[in-house]
Amino acid sequence: MNIEDFPMLREDLIYLDNGATTFKPQCVIDKITEYYTKYSANAHRGDYDISYKVDQEYENSREIVRKFINARFKEEIIFTSGATESLNMIANGFFGKFIEPDDEILITQTEHASNVLPWFRLVNEKQAKINYIPLDDNHYVTLENVKKAVTPKTKVISLASITNVIGDERPIKEICEFAHQNNIFVVMDGAQSVPHRKTDVIDLDVDFLAFSGHKMCGPTGIGVLYGKKELLEEMEPQNYGGGMNESFDNPNEIYLKELPTRLEAGTPNIAGAIGLGQAIKYLDSIGMKKIEAYEKKLRRYAIEKLINIPYLDIINIESDSGIISFNVDGVFSQDVAYYLNKYKVCVRAGNHCAKILNQETGVLNSLRISLYFYNTESDIDSLVELLSNKEKIVEEML
Amino acid sequence: MDNRNIIMNHYTSSPYKKDFNPDLNYQKIETKSDSCIDHLNIYVKFENNILKDAYFNGEACAIATSSCSILLKNCLNKTVSEIVEYIKNFDNMVNGKDFNLEELKEAIVFKEIVRQGHRKTCAYLPYQGLKKLIDKR
Repeated sequence: MNIEDFPMLREDLIYLDNGATTFKPQCVIDKITEYYTKYSANAHRGDYDISYKVDQEYENSREIVRKFINARFKEEIIFTSGATESLNMIANGFFGKFIEPDDEILITQTEHASNVLPWFRLVNEKQAKINYIPLDDNHYVTLENVKKAVTPKTKVISLASITNVIGDERPIKEICEFAHQNNIFVVMDGAQSVPHRKTDVIDLDVDFLAFSGHKMCGPTGIGVLYGKKELLEEMEPQNYGGGMNESFDNPNEIYLKELPTRLEAGTPNIAGAIGLGQAIKYLDSIGMKKIEAYEKKLRRYAIEKLINIPYLDIINIESDSGIISFNVDGVFSQDVAYYLNKYKVCVRAGNHCAKILNQETGVLNSLRISLYFYNTESDIDSLVELLSNKEKIVEEML
Repeated sequence: MDNRNIIMNHYTSSPYKKDFNPDLNYQKIETKSDSCIDHLNIYVKFENNILKDAYFNGEACAIATSSCSILLKNCLNKTVSEIVEYIKNFDNMVNGKDFNLEELKEAIVFKEIVRQGHRKTCAYLPYQGLKKLIDKR
């Protein structure tokens, strides 16, 4: 649906790599252009009209994000460069202050590198420990398994709400409830869920949330760190510099600004933040519930067709997000991706930055299609047709 | 044999693709692509500056795998300086410069394929690895 809104969809291609990034609707492109052509000034310089306009637009985007995820306060929304930076800020800036030797951090083997490596670095620095929540037969996280993995040393559970290869949706709300009863923090990597589902941080009760703008029709280089206000107050800024300080005279006298500015040193990604605000307005105009329902229906349609191809090994038949990972038996995933590319079908081959996933699934690499609301049944039909002839795949993969 | 068959033969049944053998104690170079998932391990044994034996393993596409197989085949029993020349020659071919056709032997099969930009990286990956290893020497 809404195909006509996307200039990229006028190109002769079928784009099935929305887990990597999404196309931008014209209104987002126009909004970014508007900033660069009508009021291209810096933020926080309200001495003249166009800078005042920048502040209004920038802060308005923050308010749009707040409403979108139902955060209590605007100060809980920090603009970052993306989910990766948000997760690094959470691991270093917050947990770096509190984690002690032998403390445990609980993740899974199906996390994206961005929700693994910041924790690896932290445990190396603090002589702490990483533990993995055991997954069930479908590689899903269950509350029961979380309970089994938690020990008195567990300080934080950090999970993707939807994983980027398996595409399973985790019971974050239930995990938060259990974790908080045990004084454990919960970090949610929302990179693959916030663009596709209604997210309500109050209802979920997550302590921190990270997501990226470019995976939800927004520009690249902009993302969000959400944290409960009282926790963000404790976060150590990872960057010091302009904009975030109140005053400084010497190394012992540095006074920082309040949230959220304190955590946004330097000139922010103004165009990115304004573009993200517009992207969210756009998604809201369609409706997140409608987007979720549409994607689920399209996924079912795709699975029903793909499952009939006998040499296709689908890794995540059961999951209900728009992510489908599979292999063509006997053909390296990248060669299949090159073959599909010849027909202008864009899919991703690889381990999808989930490099410890293969310890869990036994599958090193796979092809991944990831859907968005602008994909159609016709896109799926074209993919299925191309995959339905193995001889042709092998013949044309070079 | 046409180009496709040469590539497919080296891809599906390369005599140089072998499981890691710890008894051999060969020098190893691991080479990974920045832009895709190609990942090759190349193991080499030099004696008196001559490449006496070599094998590889890893997970990589048809182009990277066959290119590695052909590279090792062509470099066996060459001196280090001859290998450096060979790599330079291949580099010239993939970058559209003048090159010595005879020296490249089967590696010539990649001449057209590398015009697909992303495939150039695949074909060149094992060369990049071997070059790094030689530079270290």
